[in-house]
Amino acid sequence: MIQKLFFYASPQNFYPLAGKLWPVFACLATGLTVWGLWLGMFVAPADFQQGQGYRIIFVHVPVSWMSMVIYLAMAFWALLGLTFNTRLSGMMTKALAPTGAICAFLSLWTGALWGKPMWGTWWVWDARLTSELILFFLYLGHIALTNAIDDPRRADKAGGILALVGALNVPVIYFSVKWWNTLHQGASVSLTKGSSMAQVMLEAMLIMGVAFWMYAVAMALYRVRSIILVRERHTQWVAELPEVKAQMMKNTAGGANA
Amino acid sequence: MALSPNSLSLLVAAKILAHWVLSGLPLVLLAPILGLQFDLSANALWVLTLSLLLGTPVLSLIGAVGAALTLGVRGGDVLLSLLVLPLYVPALVFGAGAVQAEISGLGASAHLSVLAALVLVAAVFSPWASAASLRIALES
Repeated sequence: MIQKLFFYASPQNFYPLAGKLWPVFACLATGLTVWGLWLGMFVAPADFQQGQGYRIIFVHVPVSWMSMVIYLAMAFWALLGLTFNTRLSGMMTKALAPTGAICAFLSLWTGALWGKPMWGTWWVWDARLTSELILFFLYLGHIALTNAIDDPRRADKAGGILALVGALNVPVIYFSVKWWNTLHQGASVSLTKGSSMAQVMLEAMLIMGVAFWMYAVAMALYRVRSIILVRERHTQWVAELPEVKAQMMKNTAGGANA
Repeated sequence: MALSPNSLSLLVAAKILAHWVLSGLPLVLLAPILGLQFDLSANALWVLTLSLLLGTPVLSLIGAVGAALTLGVRGGDVLLSLLVLPLYVPALVFGAGAVQAEISGLGASAHLSVLAALVLVAAVFSPWASAASLRIALES
């Protein structure tokens, strides 16, 4: 098992594995999204207080979860990369960041759309909203920092430290509705107390949660393949990949015609 | 300085302290005088001073990590603010909230406790994280 993990820690071995895995996760994400949205939009009853407007929860809650989970995943890869000095960890951190930023942005956006009719305002400087905004900026900062440093190894390490420092923010977001009693409602789902929602609503939300999870995994694997190709472009094994070879042939042929 | 036999974290901690003495401490000393002009009560002035005393080191400590990470990076100045400002928000929220809570009669002890927790966590991790970032910047 450990042997296998170390085997796939090399970008050369991970590239084909990621290539095989990402379509599986993408299909799962699509299927689960269709199922979850169907349950959420058509099967689940309207809320007795919020009417139809509550249905944005099926996107809002999953993306908010994912924005936090992805940051923790980034911190995990960053820690792995800084301790074991593996190249792939830095690439995974970099591959996860844009998806996380999109999730954080969508969480704020759907939250604003939901807040306008329910609270009467797009935005309040409430603890949870503010810390989610901080998380969004942390993602942007991570992307900007890693792109500003030319040497990829240095970019990975600096980004890793930033990811770990920022990870302290994630528990603050998660517990913010408990610690500060403000406009944002408390969690509707909890591991210890069960849920305060109707069964079918909860099912739809959990399915959407898993769907977004699969989407994030698929996107990260897809993106890490591109990052591997860019970073390892000088190596022999990349030049010998069939898809790279085909592209090279096309380029040289195009060049000859022109 | 990175070549000195002393631990880099310790040197960084000293640098951060020096930065705070120059930028944070004057503010802590000035704030009560400025607060008088806004007719703050004696209790509120104490809370103001205490919250600044606890809060300003957090800014220096977090800033050090950001500065070390962006060392020698092109466009580092802009990047620094993008990295550091979001991390400043908790300290600013609780710092500003402390005086307000005191004036409104709620008592500022909760805010001050959180600020104290922030400064302790930052004091433990920041010199170490800054030193690690400095080594990364220096090795290439």
